[in-house]
Amino acid sequence: MKFLFLVLALAAPLAAQATVNVFACEPEWAALAQELGGDKVTTVSATTARQDPHHIEARPSLIARIRNADLLVCSGSELEIGWLPLLLTQSGNDRVQPGRPGYLEASQYVVKLEIPKVIDRALGDVHPAGNPHIHLDPRNIRKVADVLSARLTEIDHANAAYYAGRTADFVKRWDAAIDRWREQAAALRGVPVVVYHKDFSYFENWAGMREAGSLEPRPGLPPTPSHLAELVDQMMRTPAKVIVYSPYNNPGAAQFLSDKTKIPSVMLPFTVGGTDRAKDLFGLFDDTIDRLLKTVK
Amino acid sequence: MNRIVWCAAAFAVAAMPAYGQDADVSKLREELRQLQQRLQALEQRLQETESRSSKAEESATRAESTATQAAQQAASRPQTENALNPGISAILNGVYSNLQRDPNTYHISGFAPTLGDVSPGRRGLSLGESELGFMANVDHMFRGNLIASISPDNSTIDIEEGYIQTIGLSNGFTIKAGRFFSSIGYQNAIHAHAWDFTDAPLVMKAFLGGQLNEDGVQFKWVAPTSLYFDVGLELGRGRAFPASDRNKNGFGSSNLFTHLGGDIGESFAWQGGLSLYATSPRDRAYTDLDSTGASVTDSFSGSSRTWALSGILKWAPEGNNTYNNFKLQGEYFRRRENGTLTYDTTAASLGTMAGGYSSRQSGWYAQGVYQFMPMWRAGYRYDTLNSGTTTLGLVDSGALTAADFPILGAYNPKRHTLMVDWSPSEFSRVRLQFARDYSRMGLADNQIFLQYIVSLGAHGAHTF
Repeated sequence: MKFLFLVLALAAPLAAQATVNVFACEPEWAALAQELGGDKVTTVSATTARQDPHHIEARPSLIARIRNADLLVCSGSELEIGWLPLLLTQSGNDRVQPGRPGYLEASQYVVKLEIPKVIDRALGDVHPAGNPHIHLDPRNIRKVADVLSARLTEIDHANAAYYAGRTADFVKRWDAAIDRWREQAAALRGVPVVVYHKDFSYFENWAGMREAGSLEPRPGLPPTPSHLAELVDQMMRTPAKVIVYSPYNNPGAAQFLSDKTKIPSVMLPFTVGGTDRAKDLFGLFDDTIDRLLKTVK
Repeated sequence: MNRIVWCAAAFAVAAMPAYGQDADVSKLREELRQLQQRLQALEQRLQETESRSSKAEESATRAESTATQAAQQAASRPQTENALNPGISAILNGVYSNLQRDPNTYHISGFAPTLGDVSPGRRGLSLGESELGFMANVDHMFRGNLIASISPDNSTIDIEEGYIQTIGLSNGFTIKAGRFFSSIGYQNAIHAHAWDFTDAPLVMKAFLGGQLNEDGVQFKWVAPTSLYFDVGLELGRGRAFPASDRNKNGFGSSNLFTHLGGDIGESFAWQGGLSLYATSPRDRAYTDLDSTGASVTDSFSGSSRTWALSGILKWAPEGNNTYNNFKLQGEYFRRRENGTLTYDTTAASLGTMAGGYSSRQSGWYAQGVYQFMPMWRAGYRYDTLNSGTTTLGLVDSGALTAADFPILGAYNPKRHTLMVDWSPSEFSRVRLQFARDYSRMGLADNQIFLQYIVSLGAHGAHTF
């Protein structure tokens, strides 16, 4: 009984919070919610840049967080299918169930790439709704910002003006940044790149880079020696200019290919928190572009 | 370019010695400056127009590609009514078993037989139970889940789980109704295909008759705390061991449970659970060999309470479980039964007699599974049971002897299990397991299993 009181005492401060609790599946959405919501929101990300968003344990701590969430922001398109549905059914929180204002799947609001024509698991871990890693196209962040801002307003009418103001400010800074990044990334146009997983496609599409191969033999399956050998052969014939991987990928395979082919490899932040410089969304793109430019030169 | 020329000219003019009148020169300079300004303004406008047109061009290209992709996305959307079909999954598994002792004589000495599915299975090659699952949101309030298992030998279809669950309640409440795996301990609520070893821990075999699925209702509340905390109550019919299906109104079993869980840094996550399952079986029968060597049916009536304490600790470096991870899992069960034991209910041997019965039994297991490289895991499990103290009125009074109840004789079964498995993707797994099982008094049983488990179609998320 004493224990129950202790638990309730722990609960009290949470209940007293007046801010909108945002549960983001990935750090980029937590960062975006923070940009738009300022001090009127409390954000938490289910994953860090060091974790593969496909493979997350449905941990008790995540259920506890969703239990208290007012707004859930996830990439969607089945990226989180291995863990999010379970958290949702266990949470006993109707505010964030699919179809409610508190449930936001970011990928539903952008044009998706790589929608498979054939869906077969023999092809690897394919996402029937298209590639879900949408956030590395800065224009997608811009689109999701509008939707997210509208949701914040819907959930918390009282602060509508505050959200509108912050969103306008963010969009202005973001648009300016996109112009800057476009100029910087001009040097990346047409550059052939080898990726680890197909989580870089939206950036390639935005910057006009060309994907020359991936370290994974099939999406979601770890690199195999035979596939790497094939890739080495392929790179000998038509070399790429850079090999990229994410903080949650094992650098070993990228390093191997780089050693064999003398093509430089670089770890990109992939999401907010992926590198020291990628502290926020602006830093994420600044650092991604800088690292690529430095490597490609 | 022009600007540079003009600037140079301006500089030249400015630097020229004043040949003519100062006024003329300054007028010239002023004109030059104005011209320069106009030129700059023009240049700027030109740049703006240029960038605007390139932007327009880009947005046109973008619009075009958007239109193409929108058409593609629209086309990829299913237009037929089967778009609303539930998710369908099938689990296939097959096993090769090499068992030193005849599995048909399998029993756990010291513990009343459960009539459940506890034996190590058939020798040689066999198809395991195939699971067929349907799941979907019913509407905004409910989610439905049906999982049937098809037994390969007698072609019976058994409903493992078939329940509805609320998704539309708030404040942390969920209600489940139907048939579901009871939240006793930890592993009981998890489907066999997601277990880390081929077979169930001995505590589940001895205390729950394998895996206990109850027909009933489950109420659960998740506290609004940052530390995970839930409490729940299950009320069921008591359809299977340790209950006996009693043909009565009301509830035949209850299970009260609670869990606590959280993270320790980024790399560790844990969960602890405690549950109390209570039921009052009537005429729960089993067969034994009495002192005359006759097969007799004995039955128990009374109360049965089972406590289960469980703990899970998972580790993955920085929470990234793709390459390495470790899972430590353990459960402790303790059961107390008080009531009447009736000997030879069918009067097949020494005649029907009844006396008091009281037992206190316990058991635990601990297992660790380590993923040492992508796709590959190895694990070890240690099981042990304690038959504890059993008091039989019929033996104490001298009416019968302990030899009339050999299966209840004191014995502490134990088992060592080693396994290694390979999962080429998250949808398939091949496992090799070796166990030395001392479930039967005085007999070691070396068991080897080679098993595959694959999952087709929709694949639900796995519980922690």
